[in-house]
Amino acid sequence: MKEKEETTYEVPIGPIHPALKEPFLIKFKLDGEEIVDAEARPGMNHRGIEFMGMHRNPMKVIPLSERICGICSIVHQHMFTTATEHALGIEPTNRARYIRTIMCELERIHSHILWAGVAAHEIGFDTHLHFTWKIREKVMDLLEYIAGNRVNYSMWTFGGVRRDITSDMYPKVFETLKYYEDLYEKLEDIFLDDPSIKMRTQDVGVLTKEDALALCGVGPTVRASGVKKDVRIDQPYAAYGDLDLDYVIPSRYGFENKGDVFSKTLVRLKELLQSIEIIKTCVEQMPEGEMTSEPKKAALFNKLEKRSGEGIGRIEAPRGEAIHYVRLVEGRSDIDCWKIRASTYNNLATYRPMFMGEQIADIPIIAACIDPCIGCMDRAEIIDVDSGEVETYTKEELHELSVKKTERIKNRGIK
Amino acid sequence: MPTQTIYTLIKQLFTKKATNPFPVKYAPENMHDAAELIEKGELEINPPVKVPPNLRGKLEYDKESCIGCQLCVKVCPSEALIFKEDRTVRHHINRCTFCGQCVDICPTNSFDFTDEFLMAGPRKLNDDLILNP
Repeated sequence: MKEKEETTYEVPIGPIHPALKEPFLIKFKLDGEEIVDAEARPGMNHRGIEFMGMHRNPMKVIPLSERICGICSIVHQHMFTTATEHALGIEPTNRARYIRTIMCELERIHSHILWAGVAAHEIGFDTHLHFTWKIREKVMDLLEYIAGNRVNYSMWTFGGVRRDITSDMYPKVFETLKYYEDLYEKLEDIFLDDPSIKMRTQDVGVLTKEDALALCGVGPTVRASGVKKDVRIDQPYAAYGDLDLDYVIPSRYGFENKGDVFSKTLVRLKELLQSIEIIKTCVEQMPEGEMTSEPKKAALFNKLEKRSGEGIGRIEAPRGEAIHYVRLVEGRSDIDCWKIRASTYNNLATYRPMFMGEQIADIPIIAACIDPCIGCMDRAEIIDVDSGEVETYTKEELHELSVKKTERIKNRGIK
Repeated sequence: MPTQTIYTLIKQLFTKKATNPFPVKYAPENMHDAAELIEKGELEINPPVKVPPNLRGKLEYDKESCIGCQLCVKVCPSEALIFKEDRTVRHHINRCTFCGQCVDICPTNSFDFTDEFLMAGPRKLNDDLILNP
């Protein structure tokens, strides 16, 4: 052990990162070119959005919630809205469910294409970055056409959606889907058949099925290892219950469930095809009806102030499962409690087994392969300024703290 | 060697550009002179990009139909709407996030979106950045 300490170097990568555009620190222990230990240290991008939300009424929080993440803004908007609907006992209309599903899948297309570009950039193929981001514009245009905004769509409201997808919009939707279907073969040719990309991605950043299950990873990261985990199928929300879906894992397409970067790319690309199919079915099956079950906004606003309850919103985001928890209290117009757990928080734990034994040159692509979104998941860290020590809490200490907090809330007199 | 790359590159030369053109082809040496030339009609500028039919652009506010119910002030997430003493609303465009909750909740439809999206100005308290000042 002592010999090891003398031969290893500690190399911090980040917060200004070669791999990601977000502030995020990973500390590596290197033995020559080989990584022997890795430690992820978030905490540079904590914005206190939960705290901001707890001082506003739920209607004001819908636009705030979508600003948690720039890429999956529909995801956070959907989770917050469904959690509050759950707390209030409101049901969205059937048409709204279908429109929500279409928007979620359009966003998945845009997010996965964006990721493919970033991954290509990390391994030095900048032409592919420009190609993928160019074709991504088409779905961004469609989202702008439907929602009126290019990002941060502001489509959701309690009980439904605020913008309709009418029959005169269908040609544009189908045209965009056709565009991606035609291009899909080229994308697969670039990312799955190219020999130099294969050399950079195959057997790099391997996450075994055992590790994936033990570390509770979510989304395409663990589906690439062969774990069948997808909220759209396990606990359907919106209109996914009406659809016939199957888990996208590499063995379904004749590949090995290896869990390396190549499998992750494969899963994400195949999900593009799945999303296109889902949108087509949803547009064809779209039921007639109202956009929202609460058309009188002023009455809804009064309801928000008078009801109390707690609710949970779950979703399969492009990056994996994410959860919002909301608690409302009678007589208080602001939200009482709001808790967010984004998918990157789970997937960060999978970094360590993926980095072990890899080379320095593979750090950027492995760091990017879980599609990390630091802004979504960042947590605050307590640092003693005098000694520079970072406090870490054990499970028992955290339990004790939470008991104390519950008592404090009780004493504040909120029922 | 006729590879895929060369084929793509040659094809790109003759296809429409994916990006939007700048207002003028070359950056002018002096912005004020260029602005004067544009006013006289001697310098042509590229028009802004086409917008989709239901764009969330700059808001317009009808002071006459407003009944002063303050619902828009309650739902505005960025506190861009300020209730005035004469029972109307002042709207600061520099704070607006274009979520359109005020447009949806207004019982008399006093708010509406326009197609205008070029709202940059030298000062954030410019007259054209405040509705009903």
